[in-house]
Order: sequence, then C-alpha cells, then structure tokens
Amino acid sequence: MRYLTARKRAEFRGSAHHGTEHHWSMMVSAVGLALLVPVWLYIFGAALGGTREEVLATFARPFPAIVTGLLLVVGMRHFAMGATTMIEDYTRGTMRKMLIIGVIALSWAVAATGLFALVRIAL
Amino acid sequence: MAAPKRVERPLSPFMIGPYYRPQMTSISSILTRITGNALVVGVLLAVWWLLAAATSEEYFAVADAVATSWFGDLVFTLSLWAVWYHYLAGLRHLYFDAGKGLDVPTAEKLGWACIIGSVVLTVLTILLVQ
Repeated sequence: MRYLTARKRAEFRGSAHHGTEHHWSMMVSAVGLALLVPVWLYIFGAALGGTREEVLATFARPFPAIVTGLLLVVGMRHFAMGATTMIEDYTRGTMRKMLIIGVIALSWAVAATGLFALVRIAL
Repeated sequence: MAAPKRVERPLSPFMIGPYYRPQMTSISSILTRITGNALVVGVLLAVWWLLAAATSEEYFAVADAVATSWFGDLVFTLSLWAVWYHYLAGLRHLYFDAGKGLDVPTAEKLGWACIIGSVVLTVLTILLVQ
C-alpha cells in the first residue's frame, strides 16, 4: 500500500516527467523574442548591404551589440527546444536521441560563433 | 489475456490530406513549425556574414557577396516572412495559452491574421530598412 496522496504522485510529473518546464521555457523565451526580434530585424536589415566599415561600426555600438547577443542566446535556446519538440514528434529511439543532441550542439555552436564575432567587433 | 495486436495507424502530421480536410487551424499550426525550424537557414547565413565581417576584409567580401546575391536575397526575404509569421503565430499561441480565442470562428480569423499580417509586416520591414 502506498501512503502517497494522489496529488503528491502527480506533482512535477506528467508524461514528460518534468511537468510543464519545457512549455514554460518556451513561453518565457517567446516573450523575450517578441521584444528582441523587431528591434534586431531593423538593426540587421539596415546593416546588411553596407561596407565592412559600416557593418563594424553598427555592431560595435552597445545597443546593437547587446540586442544581437541576447537574440543569439535566447533565440538559439528557443530554436533548440522547438526543434526538439519536432524531432520527438516524428522520430524514435536512437535516431531521436542523435537528432536532439545534434540540434542542441548546433544551436550552441551558432550562438558561440555569433558571440565570438560580436566580441571581436565590439570590444 | 490475448497478446495486444499492433495496429499500424497513421500518425498525426500525416493525417492531413488523405484523412483530414486541410483547415485554417491545422495549416496555420503546421506553418508555425515549418517557419520556426526553417529559420535556422537564415540565422546560419547571418551569423556567417557577421563572423566574416569580424575576421577580415577578404573574408567579408566573400560572405557579403553571398549574403547580398540573389541567393542571399531569397534566403533573407523568405526568412523575414518566416520570422514574422512565426512571431504572429507565437503571439497567437500565448493568447491560446491564456484560454482565449479557442472557439472555431475566432481561431480561424486569427489564422488569417497571421498569414495576412506576416505578408504586410514583411513588406513594411523591407521598405523600412532599404
């Protein structure tokens, strides 16, 4: 006989075994991106097509550099988690594990590359 | 007890077409997934371009030639539409999560709002940054 109450057993679980943490993270990053994306689209759109000096001048300024840095980290986390959901829907077993690991690694690599470029330009 | 019989059932995303009539609610949801995941292509091109700018004059010349070619224009224009679509569909998701707009007429209107709104915002953004 179990002395756990029904509520105790349900807490922090669900089919994912970690409750709604994934969904909540996606909501938080979605709100962050809702603020970042329009600003960044303007920064990037205005910089694209310029000379190298103009591009370096843009991303050396604090505001464009900070927005781009935030977008890289928040955006690539949001991508990794969203892509994970897609992979979980369509694949199983070892293929699923390899694709999820691959997409998380790719996301960090893209974020790190972008941050490295920013540091070189802005600092 | 009899051994459970494995039945080969069609899985969710492959139901549309042969089993389910395509509807605004399902198509606008699938488009959210496609646009969100496809955006990685535009991001890769943008980050490569930024890395090249940070590296050297010669490297930037190569990356900038690609980023501003017809191919770059195609990738960035499609990405721009994709990001605006995903943006509006994401806001719709937050609205749905709040328990609102879930009746069919409203959900269908919101789907059209995402599609039409994303095209309008794409055109406005291109005009603004030119």
